[in-house]
Parts: sequence; structure tokens; C-alpha cells
Amino acid sequence: MSILVIAEHDGKQLKPGTTNTVTAAAKIGGDITVLVAGQQCAGAAQAAAKIAGVKKVLLADAPQYAGGVAENIAALVLTIAGQYTHILAPATGFGKNFMPRVAATLDVQQISEISAVVSADTFVRPIYAGNALATVQSADKVKVITVRATGFDAAAEVGNEGGSAAVENLAAAPDTGLAKFNGQELSKSDRPELTAARIIVSGGRGMGSGENFKILEALADKLGAAVGASRAAVDSGFVPNDYQVGQTGKIVAPDLYIAVGISGAIQHLAGMKDSKVIIAINKDPEAPIFAVADYWLEEDLFKAVPELTQELG
Amino acid sequence: MKVLVTVKRVIDPYVKVRVKSDGSGVETANVKMAMNPFCEIAIEQAVRMKEAGVVTEIVAVSIGAPQCQETLRTAMAMGADRGILVETGTTDMQPLAVAKLVKAIIDKEQPRLVIMGKQAIDDDANQTGQMVSALLGWPQSAFTSAITVNGDTADVTREIDGGLEKLTIKLPAVITTDLRLNEPRYVTLPNIMKAKKKPLETLKPETLGVDVTPRLKTLKVEEPPKRSAGVKVADVKELVAKLRNEARVI
Ligand SMILES: Cc1cc2nc3c(=O)[nH]c(=O)nc-3n(C[C@H](O)[C@H](O)[C@H](O)COP(=O)(O)OP(=O)(O)OC[C@H]3O[C@@H](n4cnc5c(N)ncnc54)[C@H](O)[C@@H]3O)c2cc1C
Ligand SMILES: Nc1ncnc2c1ncn2[C@@H]1O[C@H](COP(=O)(O)O)[C@@H](O)[C@H]1O
Repeated sequence: MSILVIAEHDGKQLKPGTTNTVTAAAKIGGDITVLVAGQQCAGAAQAAAKIAGVKKVLLADAPQYAGGVAENIAALVLTIAGQYTHILAPATGFGKNFMPRVAATLDVQQISEISAVVSADTFVRPIYAGNALATVQSADKVKVITVRATGFDAAAEVGNEGGSAAVENLAAAPDTGLAKFNGQELSKSDRPELTAARIIVSGGRGMGSGENFKILEALADKLGAAVGASRAAVDSGFVPNDYQVGQTGKIVAPDLYIAVGISGAIQHLAGMKDSKVIIAINKDPEAPIFAVADYWLEEDLFKAVPELTQELG
Repeated sequence: MKVLVTVKRVIDPYVKVRVKSDGSGVETANVKMAMNPFCEIAIEQAVRMKEAGVVTEIVAVSIGAPQCQETLRTAMAMGADRGILVETGTTDMQPLAVAKLVKAIIDKEQPRLVIMGKQAIDDDANQTGQMVSALLGWPQSAFTSAITVNGDTADVTREIDGGLEKLTIKLPAVITTDLRLNEPRYVTLPNIMKAKKKPLETLKPETLGVDVTPRLKTLKVEEPPKRSAGVKVADVKELVAKLRNEARVI
């Protein structure tokens, strides 16, 4: 078997989900090739070459791959798809965007967001906001798969300088010209990325305002944590969209998840219930979040959060 | 400009789903059904564009059991002009087959814009819109939170993992909706009455020449492992003590 993993990166480094995707590939078994496509991304290719288990790295460096425009990334993958039995990408905004284009063009039914590998053709994936787990078997010749990072450990980095896998250049496919990339507005933060953080502090509608998120940020800074949010907090404009944790936001599974002023709707639980330890702070004793919390505190958050920050001091 | 919108009938998002004891799937008998929330956002977007004079006609499409007629009637009560139901014998309609059916209808209807949900909240596949776009060789804007049409192109804003992204895409194109695109309207009784008189056409996959045989076989569906019951702590001091000494995560 030969497996192609499409890396997500920022040009210099790999994004968190990529190494977990390599682990999923290793569970399938076979030679693993990582494709790094972008503009000026040799650094990311070097990083990919250092991941344990990776045999070869393909580097496609061209302006049309800046920003990860789906039409162009898919067109590139399709130039080499025929050489692989499995094509994998992280189930992130990046992977979800272009992978179905690859699958449809190959006439393959994509297997979305697998959380476990049973065998080379059988996988487990959560459905209904994680309220059910489906084991599915693919009859397609090529398996096109997106991988839920929280289902797999990150693959280790092998230490040796320069990496162990060979980096080869891959010829770029022509620009499809279908979409023009006009830039990104990235939320700036010195805190860890949500999907990579060991600790996450999340706020919900109970926070009342964006201004009030400052007390969560103070707590997060003390813990070295990332800050997340419920959909209600995002929709109310308290925090940007990329803070959203849940069925239709980010899926996280940190060592510690602290839910503050979040009721615990199934769509929110879908994104965090695999966290190792969950704490909930809510003034409503009936809040469904308490059903998944390891420790829960029934208290006003405006009292409890500053006290917690203080206590950790 | 003509717009085509897909609407999927799913279990109501606020219903607690139950896994069948034989592991064959999720219980759908006597369960409240609704239009997939992202499809509501898709219809709302089309209706707003029609109200703004950008769109002239809205065609709603649903694929599945005969009951999807109800979903199409809801779409028409929200403002779609007509509906097309592709009635399928199998209940296991997978995204690739749906995408092929939608493409076949697009070939017939020739819309300039196709608006779909980013994700169906039952299969959580998040792929059908991107597939339709690829099958047509059209541009896509997945997870869209804003769209402005300017003649032959559209300026779109997409929700990405780090924030927002802006693209200009050529038309015709496929858009999939994210939560922040708009807030769907409620349907009113007079509009429900009006919707009953709007045209609704029923087609079969065979007449569209599409093979809908599932590619994925579901071997079993089971409940996820349950978390063990947690403990209530009296105050912040106790919480911190538990975190330090019991959970050992800080
Ligand atoms: C299609 C779809 C997709 C969705 N996707 C997501 C998703 O990805 N992520 C997500 O989070 N949601 C999602 N939702 C929304 C979800 O259903 C809930 O509406 C949302 O999670 C509620 O957010 P919340 O808990 O912050 O707000 P609420 O449910 O309003 O809860 C606020 C909580 O704060 C508590 N509170 C208020 N004031 C205080 C105080 N002073 N001190 C302590 N506690 C206080 C209240 O007791 C309450 O429990 C989705 C919904 C749909 C239909
Ligand atoms: N059976 C269906 N009928 C109509 N639209 C569908 C159907 N399945 C998927 N779609 C559309 O495709 C979107 C994404 O679905 P999915 O790829 O299954 O998550 C949905 O929000 C719908 O707009």
C-alpha cells in the first residue's frame, strides 16, 4: 500500500493536525509520502521530512498554492493520485475544503473525519455530532480520507539533522484560474492554537460581552491555555469565529477543558467531550454541561473565574 | 440570475438521537425531522438576494424519501419559487451520489449560482458542495460567511481555522454556507399557504441517469463511550485542590 498525506502548514512549520494524520496513515500501513504544496514552503517540507515514518516528501512550490485555494490544491493532488491506494488530509478547514474535490474527480466516496482505523478499508467515524460512531467499509479503489486529529496521537519527530526522508520537487499543475485569493484576516494571539493547546478555557453566552472575556484571558494566561468559545459567544460577537468549539467549529481534546458560562448543547459537547479532564463553571444546577464534567462548580462565573486565577497564582 | 439551493431533511438538531439496539443505525421512526440548519441559511441567502434584485428565480432541490416534500414546502414558504424532489428508494444516500444527482439537475436548470449547506448535521460529511463544484469544474466557496455578486464574479468571505479568508470567484460557482452568513427567517402561515400552490416536480435517479449505489458499507453504528459521572465541588479552593492532587493536570 502507498499512502499520500497532504500536509497543512504555514510555509515554515506543519500545522498540528498533519502529524496526527501521519499517525493515521501509519495505522493503515504502507509507504507514506507527504505532499507539501504552497509558496515558499521549503521549511515546511524539511519539517515533514523529520516526521517518523515518512518515506518521501514532495514539495510543490508555486504562487497558485498560496492560501491553499481548493481548486488548485485539488488539481495538484490529482496529478499524482493514481500512484496511491490512500490519500489522507487533516479534517481541518484546509482539508475539508479541497479533499472532496479530489474524491469526486476520482469518482470516490470520501470518508470524512475518521477517528480510528480498523483496517486498510474499514474506518470509524463519528456521526450525529458524535452521538454515534459508525464503522464503515469502503469499496472504492482509492480511499480518500480526512482525519480527525483528536483520534490519533501526533507522530514523533525523528531527531537527525535535515530529516530522514528525501525531499523531491513536484511539478506544479497549471493555475485553474477559478478563484483569486485576496488574503486572510487572521486573529492574532500569543496564546497556543486551539487544536494544539494542552489546556483550553472556553467561554459561552454567560460571559455577557467581549469585554468580559478579559477575565477568561487572564485565567488562560496563567495556565498557558488557549481560549475557545461556544457558538452563542461567537454569534453574539464576543469573540471571532475561529474560537468556536463544536460540531461545526473546532474539535478539541486537550488535557484540561474549562467551560465557563456554557450550557452544554450537544453541538458544543461534540467538539470537546473527548477532553481528558473537563471542568464546568455555571450558575445553573441543571446545565447539561455538568453531565460531561469531571468537576463542576455551581457558581457565578464573575466570582469564580477571578478567584480561580488568583488561587492559581 | 437563477439560483439553485439544496435542502436536506434531517433529524431535528435539538432532538437527542438514539442508536438502534441492533447497531444498524440511528432511530428515525417517529422522530421529529427538520430542514438541515445550514440549508435554511442557504435558502435565506437566496431569498435575500432575490429581495435585493440580484436573483430572479430560486429552485430548491431535495433528495431522499417522499417526505422530503415537506422540506421543499418549507423552502418554498421561506421564498423559493419551486421545488424538485429526487425520490430515491434507498435511505443510504451518500454525498458522491447526491452530488451527481445535483449536478444532473444543474445541467438541466443551468443556474448561475448554487447554494448548499456546508454540512448535513446527520452524516457530518461536509463534502457534497465541494463535490458538486468539482464535478462541474466550477469554483467553490466553502464555509461562506459573506457574498457579494458583481456581474460575472462574486466576492466571498470564508470562515477558516485562523480567521477569515477573502476570494473572488468566477460565476457560475457553488457556495456552501457557514453559520454567520445570515439568520434564517421564520416561516409565516400565509407563506405556508402560498407555498402549497408552488410547483413541485418529482424525479427519479434513473431518469437523471445517475447510479446511486452506496460506496461505503456501514458495518455497525454504536454509542460512543460514556464519560463517568463527575463530582460537584463546593468552591474554587476545592476545585484547585482536585485539579492539583486528583486530576494532576495543572
Ligand atoms: C447547526 C448547528 C450547529 C451548531 N454548532 C455549534 C458549535 O459548533 N459549537 C457550539 O458551541 N454551539 C453550536 N450550536 C449552538 C448550540 O446548539 C447552542 O445554542 C450553543 O452551544 C449555546 O451556547 P452557550 O452554551 O454559550 O449559550 P447558552 O445555551 O445560552 O448558555 C449560557 C450558559 O451560561 C450560564 N450563565 C449565564 N450567566 C452566568 C454567570 N454569570 N455565571 C455562570 N454561568 C452563567 C447559563 O446558566 C447557561 O447555562 C449549533 C447549533 C446548530 C443548530
Ligand atoms: N439528500 C440531500 N438532499 C438535498 N441536499 C443534500 C442532501 N445531502 C446533502 N445535501 C446538501 O449538501 C450539504 C452538505 O452535506 P454533507 O456533505 O452530507 O455534509 C447539505 O447541507 C445540503 O445542502
